[in-house]
Amino acid sequence: MQRFLIFLFFFVLISLPAAAATQTPADDEFVFGLLMVGPANDHGWSQAHYEAGREIEKQVPGTRMIYIDKVNPADRPGITVPMLADDLIAKGARLIIGNSDDMKDGIREAAVMHPDVYFIHISGDDALTGKGSRNLSNLMGRMEYGKMMAGFVAAMTTRTGKIGYLGPLVNAETRRLAASAYLGARYAWTRVLGKPAADLHFKVTWIGFWFNIPGVTSDPTLVTRNFIDSGHDVVISGIDTTEALVVAGQARKQGKQVWAVPYDFRGACAEAPDACLGVPWFNWFPGYRILITEAKAGRWRPQFLWLGPDWKDINNPGTSAIGFIRGSALSPEAGEALTRFQQGLADGSVNLFTGPLEFADSTPFLKAGEKATDSQIWNLPQLLQGMDGN
Amino acid sequence: MKAQQSIENQSPGSRLPLLLIPALALTLVCLLLLVLGLSPLTIGRALASGSVGNWLKFSHVLSVWSPLLLCSCGLLFTFRAGLWNIGIEGQVILGAICCTAVLRLPGGLLPPPAVLTLALLAGGAGGGLWGILAGELRNRGGVNEIFGGLGLNFVGQGLVIWLIFGPWKRAGIASMSGTDLLPPHFWLQSPPGWRVAPVALALAVLTLAASILLLDRTRFGLRLRAAGTSPGAARLFGIEPDRISLQAMFLAGLLAGLAGGLQVTAVYHRLIPAISSGYGYLALLVVMLANYRPLAVPLIALFFACLVTGSIQLPISLQIDSSLAGVIQGACVLSALLVYGLRKEKS
Repeated sequence: MQRFLIFLFFFVLISLPAAAATQTPADDEFVFGLLMVGPANDHGWSQAHYEAGREIEKQVPGTRMIYIDKVNPADRPGITVPMLADDLIAKGARLIIGNSDDMKDGIREAAVMHPDVYFIHISGDDALTGKGSRNLSNLMGRMEYGKMMAGFVAAMTTRTGKIGYLGPLVNAETRRLAASAYLGARYAWTRVLGKPAADLHFKVTWIGFWFNIPGVTSDPTLVTRNFIDSGHDVVISGIDTTEALVVAGQARKQGKQVWAVPYDFRGACAEAPDACLGVPWFNWFPGYRILITEAKAGRWRPQFLWLGPDWKDINNPGTSAIGFIRGSALSPEAGEALTRFQQGLADGSVNLFTGPLEFADSTPFLKAGEKATDSQIWNLPQLLQGMDGN
Repeated sequence: MKAQQSIENQSPGSRLPLLLIPALALTLVCLLLLVLGLSPLTIGRALASGSVGNWLKFSHVLSVWSPLLLCSCGLLFTFRAGLWNIGIEGQVILGAICCTAVLRLPGGLLPPPAVLTLALLAGGAGGGLWGILAGELRNRGGVNEIFGGLGLNFVGQGLVIWLIFGPWKRAGIASMSGTDLLPPHFWLQSPPGWRVAPVALALAVLTLAASILLLDRTRFGLRLRAAGTSPGAARLFGIEPDRISLQAMFLAGLLAGLAGGLQVTAVYHRLIPAISSGYGYLALLVVMLANYRPLAVPLIALFFACLVTGSIQLPISLQIDSSLAGVIQGACVLSALLVYGLRKEKS
């Protein structure tokens, strides 16, 4: 008891000035909060969001970002998304972004608790399905194009014909992205290189989450090593962190001819440039700018934004929601073919979600010549025929 | 392993004052912060404002405190019986699993409050049985309860992951994000402006009162102490130490399982892989720091809950990693163990 009283004494002592120290935003300042599932410097998904937030501060006058990273139950036991929303709102946040599919339930709950605060849930579709409240919008990039490019360069580069896809958890988003990478690879393999589709091996292994949680998920480092040891000489990453590229870089130092395609963050290739074929990257700035500007101006309405690339310049940081930065390991021939492929995607002459396509269980997906609707792609229920995985 | 003998049964003549513990902890933490170039006052203010700054924040603290207190109360029984119930973490997990299992049963037969009650009871029963399993491994298999408990923790963790990825996965989804969200009528509700369910709070407070009563005012408490302090002498008085230790393990598991049930119904509203939030292990620190004394446990648990909740302010306000709170917790426990050790040596 005596010890506790001393603890209490110190605690109260430091509590007294705390109230006075609470930072309150200026009246004309628009504070937005960012909840990131991973570390702000992960060279992947979360860092892409963090940098977009910083860019908003620079380019949208009167805005200020506050953030919390590593928002997941493994890193922050006992802490929930609604709890963190309370904290951000107490710090003046008038709009909160939850950057992970994992936060769907928490963001939905927090949005109901705080009807006067705006919420953006990245990668969800509550605003489309009507499951969310009026103060909740969704934002996502059409990364399907980026993944098609990733698959394309992988197939143009592989010497064994075996491509590994390091998948995160399994849901409609990850299925459609893995399928897009496969379709890009199959296009390069059959239409550019003229090889039979049956000779292309495309294996998907899911680790269970967006990044490694020791003892809980499969270890992405080990999964990548297994890919390489079993003859897959290109590994496409679908997870938020850079293990695939790092392991490929290490393998190259040991004399192996292997490559990787990281994901999410435009600077990701820096981890191992000599192994990097390129990186499909998210640019959250254009979407953030639309939603934050509207919220700030009092013109908020619930929206489902699924923003595509700016085909005039897919790596334009101001306008393109997704891009593809070429890696230094990409050969000039593959680079030229990629340029033609991108032109085809841009003018619509190449549409890879065109039938005939079958699902992995051999049930029909698209009839010959039929093009998939946005809804069919967004809600892809299975992987596709030709992919090895489930 | 006789947990109490090493710490609780110290000579009253020890000269080193217990006041040394917070002083030492505070000094250690301040020194560390200064070495890292951080202001102890700033950190302290951030932690305090994030935990007791207003009722909303304090109710967050209480939502952590309730399951933590339940686990700590459970450990009081096992420590009193001379047992290191490291397996409490697994007991929380099993409680959460059993609670979820009841909530997933086809509905309609009983009203939601009755189902919720049954689910919490099932959580307690699941945790209790997991505790008995560790106790039986010790009594019949000769497996030290530390190793048995650790092993069962891994089994529990494996089980919850298997369920989330297997039979209980969301339709079309396999993710560590957990099972489907429970329907709101299976949530332990919080009043507007609260972030803690009053039911959870009441359960924790009642459990504390019952634990104090059982431990210090009943023959059962006396038997626990006898079995923990001197099993040989206890037998002379007709006490069966093995049986008593099983009862202690069951009680600890029951309370831990109940904590797991609260995590499902009051905090996460679904089953997730990290459903225990590490409260089992944290409760071990709480009880050690409280010197195994029931009256100090709720206060130390409250202090730790403040640290867990308040530490969120570190990344928000100061861009400092919140794992610093873990360093502070560790410094407190290390200081306590050091002072207890020195007192024992001097006596």
